[in-house]
Amino acid sequence: MSRAGRDGGVPAPLLVPALAAVAFLVLPLVGLVVRAPWSEIGPQLTRPGVGEALRLSLLSATLATAVSLLLGVPLAWVLARSAVRGRSLLRALVTVPLVLPPVVGGVALFLVLGRQGIVGRWLFEATGFALPFTTAAVVVAETFVAMPFLVISVEGALRAADARFEDAAATLGADRWTTFRRVTLPLVAPGIAAGAVLCWARALGEFGATITFAGNFPGTTQTMPLAVYLALQRDPDAAIVLSLVLLVVSLATLLLLRGRWLGRGVTSG
Amino acid sequence: MSLRAHVVVRRGSLTLDVEVAVGDGEVLAVLGPNGAGKSTLLRVLAGLLLPDGGQVLVDGHRVWDAAGRHVPAHRRSLGMVFQDHLLFPHLSITDNVAFGLRSRGAKRAAARAAAAPWLDRVGLAGLGDRRPGELSGGQAQRAALARALVGDPRVLLLDEPLSALDARTRLTVRAELRRHLTDYAGSAVLVTHDPVDAMALADRVVVVEDGRVVQTGTPAEIARRPRTDYVARLVGLVLLPGTGTGAQVALDGGGAVAVAEEVAGPVFVAVRPESVALYLARPAGSPRNVWPLRLVAATPHGSVVRCDLAGEVPLTADVTATSFAELGLAPGADVWASVKAGEVAVYTR
Repeated sequence: MSRAGRDGGVPAPLLVPALAAVAFLVLPLVGLVVRAPWSEIGPQLTRPGVGEALRLSLLSATLATAVSLLLGVPLAWVLARSAVRGRSLLRALVTVPLVLPPVVGGVALFLVLGRQGIVGRWLFEATGFALPFTTAAVVVAETFVAMPFLVISVEGALRAADARFEDAAATLGADRWTTFRRVTLPLVAPGIAAGAVLCWARALGEFGATITFAGNFPGTTQTMPLAVYLALQRDPDAAIVLSLVLLVVSLATLLLLRGRWLGRGVTSG
Repeated sequence: MSLRAHVVVRRGSLTLDVEVAVGDGEVLAVLGPNGAGKSTLLRVLAGLLLPDGGQVLVDGHRVWDAAGRHVPAHRRSLGMVFQDHLLFPHLSITDNVAFGLRSRGAKRAAARAAAAPWLDRVGLAGLGDRRPGELSGGQAQRAALARALVGDPRVLLLDEPLSALDARTRLTVRAELRRHLTDYAGSAVLVTHDPVDAMALADRVVVVEDGRVVQTGTPAEIARRPRTDYVARLVGLVLLPGTGTGAQVALDGGGAVAVAEEVAGPVFVAVRPESVALYLARPAGSPRNVWPLRLVAATPHGSVVRCDLAGEVPLTADVTATSFAELGLAPGADVWASVKAGEVAVYTR
């Protein structure tokens, strides 16, 4: 396979499973493309509800990413730079949502933020507002699941960045906040961008926590993954078209990630 | 004295306990081997590291003391130059130099305008729009110097500013640095392990070994009368401690050296390697300082060969490459070494 001078022979015990793995990963996507009702794509995409689901997905994933950036970058800084005690425990807690089944996350959110929840009840009594089954709940569910990706990625970038630049800034009269804005943030910008893209992609594909905590109401909480799942029950062609749309969006994300940030982010950190 | 400090830091096996005082317009070099605690001292003086004890005063004001006073680095009037320049890679050279003014409240345009003359002064006119990665090592270190000096700080701290440069660049940057330090009105502290930097740039030298000051003096005093083996080696002398009686010094390690003046009590004898002559047989005319020694190592040093000699009086001799060849010497050879009494420096311990 290799065209370089080195003998690129692959032993059969490795080659066969490797090919099987490639087939396993690629064939379903090929199937999606092959089985797509290409002639119906136009009408399918313009059906009522499709545009709405896509718009809701993009909006909620973007909002979830924005919230994650706002809260996650400071958290990553605390994990990477500060001297607070119990930092490793904090990091472990923060990364739990990474390994937690999203549906469990949804249940947990419901128990805390639901109308009868620990915080939700207080919120409901004070304002009459109940979070579950609203678009805001979609954003909350997606943020819960996706933010750890951003935190881990930004923390790694912060650790890889040379902290002595921050010393240099201090000797030039910059307080810690100025240093963070004018030195640290630009230095780790590639890491933050990579983390944000990962976070956004994860939020876009969120299913379990969303359907548990936010429900499945077209127009308010029905995101693309939910729409795909439901469409598959009654109209498989619609499901295929919606899946293709998500595939295209994911591929575009991956290309952006590889071309702009991932290559550099990985080698530098 | 505009900078006065007593710094105590305990870090594992190293205890740093050093006092320094630097006047206005004065350059103090802190000279010492790696791991002596020099950079730790500088970080404490900058306010980047909190010491375990002592105090730091700038213009008579306490900026750190053991009673809990701590003025953080960003509120001190200081500039610092680091070994590997640490220019911010995402900012242009102009913005790097303007950084200190900006963070102290200047508007962007004003800060950039104030930075421009500094780029001229360090010879970087026209390079202000470049990024640090586009500069050579020497240019980057000049920019770092401009960045540290631009706010006219009361204290300038230089952490091995030349050691990351190649030998030729180091010569030119050292000469320029000397010029800027001469013009600088505040107190400068230069940390270095290179005696040439200390001799060329400093008004006074503090030698630090194992966290303690072992010698203080002008560069000339340090070079002429080193008080530890480390300093002696740095300035190219062989140091022999002993006890003087009349014009004779009985060495602590055995043997005796005749000197040209009357001395008494504990003294150092310092021998310049180029004043040591080597012979294959005992030299005639019976000079008073002559010892049979063994050649243990010979390394070429420019036009001379540095010969390390072992025996009753361990010495180093620099002989010309020609005479080294004529003597037909090789490590392990037995030689006679002699030094004229008048060529030996002797001073009290």
